[in-house]
Amino acid sequence: MAETKKIATRESFGMALCELAKEHPEIIVLDADLAAATKTEIFKKAYPDRFFDCGISEGNMIGVAAGLASCGKVPFAASFAMFATGRAYEQIRNSVGYPHLNVKIAGSHAGISVGEDGATHQCCEDLALMRTIPGMVVLNPADHYEMVEAVKASYAYNGPVYIRLGRLAIETFNDPETYKFEIGKGITLKDGSDVTVIATGLVVNEALKAVKALEAKGINARLINMHTIKPIDKDIIIKAAKETGSIITVEEHNVIGGLGEAVCSVTSEYCPVKVSRIGIQDVYGHSGPALGLLAEFGLDAAGLEKSIETIVKK
Amino acid sequence: MENQEILEMKKNACKVRMYAIEGVFNAKSGHPGGSLSAADIITYLYFKEMNVDPKNPADPDRDRFVLSKGHCCPGLYGALALKGYFPADEIKSLRHIGAMLQGHPDMKGTPGVDMSSGSLGQGISAACGMALAGKYDKKDYRVYAMLGDGECEEGQVWEAAMFASHNKLDNLCVIVDFNGLQIDGHVNDVAGLEPLDKKFEGFGFEVIKIDGHNYQEIEDALNKAKTIKGRPTVIIANTVKGKGVSYMENAVGWHGKAPNADEYKIAMDELNAQLKALEA
Repeated sequence: MAETKKIATRESFGMALCELAKEHPEIIVLDADLAAATKTEIFKKAYPDRFFDCGISEGNMIGVAAGLASCGKVPFAASFAMFATGRAYEQIRNSVGYPHLNVKIAGSHAGISVGEDGATHQCCEDLALMRTIPGMVVLNPADHYEMVEAVKASYAYNGPVYIRLGRLAIETFNDPETYKFEIGKGITLKDGSDVTVIATGLVVNEALKAVKALEAKGINARLINMHTIKPIDKDIIIKAAKETGSIITVEEHNVIGGLGEAVCSVTSEYCPVKVSRIGIQDVYGHSGPALGLLAEFGLDAAGLEKSIETIVKK
Repeated sequence: MENQEILEMKKNACKVRMYAIEGVFNAKSGHPGGSLSAADIITYLYFKEMNVDPKNPADPDRDRFVLSKGHCCPGLYGALALKGYFPADEIKSLRHIGAMLQGHPDMKGTPGVDMSSGSLGQGISAACGMALAGKYDKKDYRVYAMLGDGECEEGQVWEAAMFASHNKLDNLCVIVDFNGLQIDGHVNDVAGLEPLDKKFEGFGFEVIKIDGHNYQEIEDALNKAKTIKGRPTVIIANTVKGKGVSYMENAVGWHGKAPNADEYKIAMDELNAQLKALEA
């Protein structure tokens, strides 16, 4: 296994775009005055003639992307998750989703781990918003290696894709030698029979640490990395529900509309079991350092260990 | 333009108007007023200006038309049917369940529709993307985006205008169908749009003002737009909402209402009489 490294998935996204662009001249990148933050600036430096800054106008950026896609280009449009999916929701729905255009939307600075910028910029609703659009693929990669593969997969898929990017540098945990990414296929990171933890994005590694620590306490939890929120991997959820009898979801997102409810929609229809949803409990975040906030909202390894133990022992 | 050519254009526009009325009548809903005000410009675009081929609607080198004021698609559908993109019979099932012709343009389902539109303000952005793709690919196609005057109240129109100007999209020609009316009343009573020309000028556009029912002026404006380099052009076309049907002309109430059977008969009789006069 390659050495672990600490890198924000937004950085991985920018690097992956650059790699992909070498072979695919139809890739065009758009940003809305946040290239330095979303890391599309990496692409901008490499391919200045294929990068267009739309300025602070996310709605127009999405429309421009739609027009480019209608002419055979593959635009990646990036902004903060809040503005890409919130401000421009209706443009995405009507100009991209309805005609099923080949537009990739990247939302960085997602979740509370934005940190000091506070509630206005801590988007915990992007997965919910994007899930509601018919035909939209929703990806939430958990580390550098997964992001690189997710960007490639999003390009290979012909249709609209939303990719969630994080601001915070996080440790890698996947092994690039063996890692395989497939849209709509969750990955079992640890087997177990007492309970299944399904996590997504930045908190997957925290959940991994938590379930490992719980082994010592006699709790044998399965852990699934659900990098695709839509289409959700029904099979892996149904199998987990049948084999472990209960599920705990973990997401850096409102428990309304995100991973937790996507999992519930599968279990309630195919295999009803208890599902406990750990995440942002329908509240706004606030300013503070990212790691402090993750701890405060119970989304770091220690907090997850405690919550999972409490739920299992109930 | 030669008189004969203008005469042919007027006949076609009359047929487009009849299709629009027929569609809205059979749908028992839809937007006749703006379809009629835009009919002359749309007819000119499809029958003279644009390099398009109904047999090859996805030709990557074709000129593009985005009806940003998507609700006026009965007029667009009329032109597309007349041009031969699909059988004219489709007009009668406009807005019906399972119909090809949706209440607002659907690029996936209707041949000849270059962009799905209807949520106001969005079409002009897509047109900017098409024009940008044309520049990037070094193709010489042109992109036409038709906006309503009321639509210019949408902030996105001005985001797109800034973008078009900043990126020197001289292959983009925006046309504002300035019929002066919107759902809630006169445009300037509702939201105070004027001076629209100064606004576009301020955003870096070449501005041309014309009578949107005068073919010579339409042609001159579109030709002039092609000579403008380094910036986009907007043609502000003064039009009459409901043009061609006496009781719909300049009447706020005919923005989004279908005629009943009696009204339908009057409208078709009037348009038929106009067509006969042109053919005489």
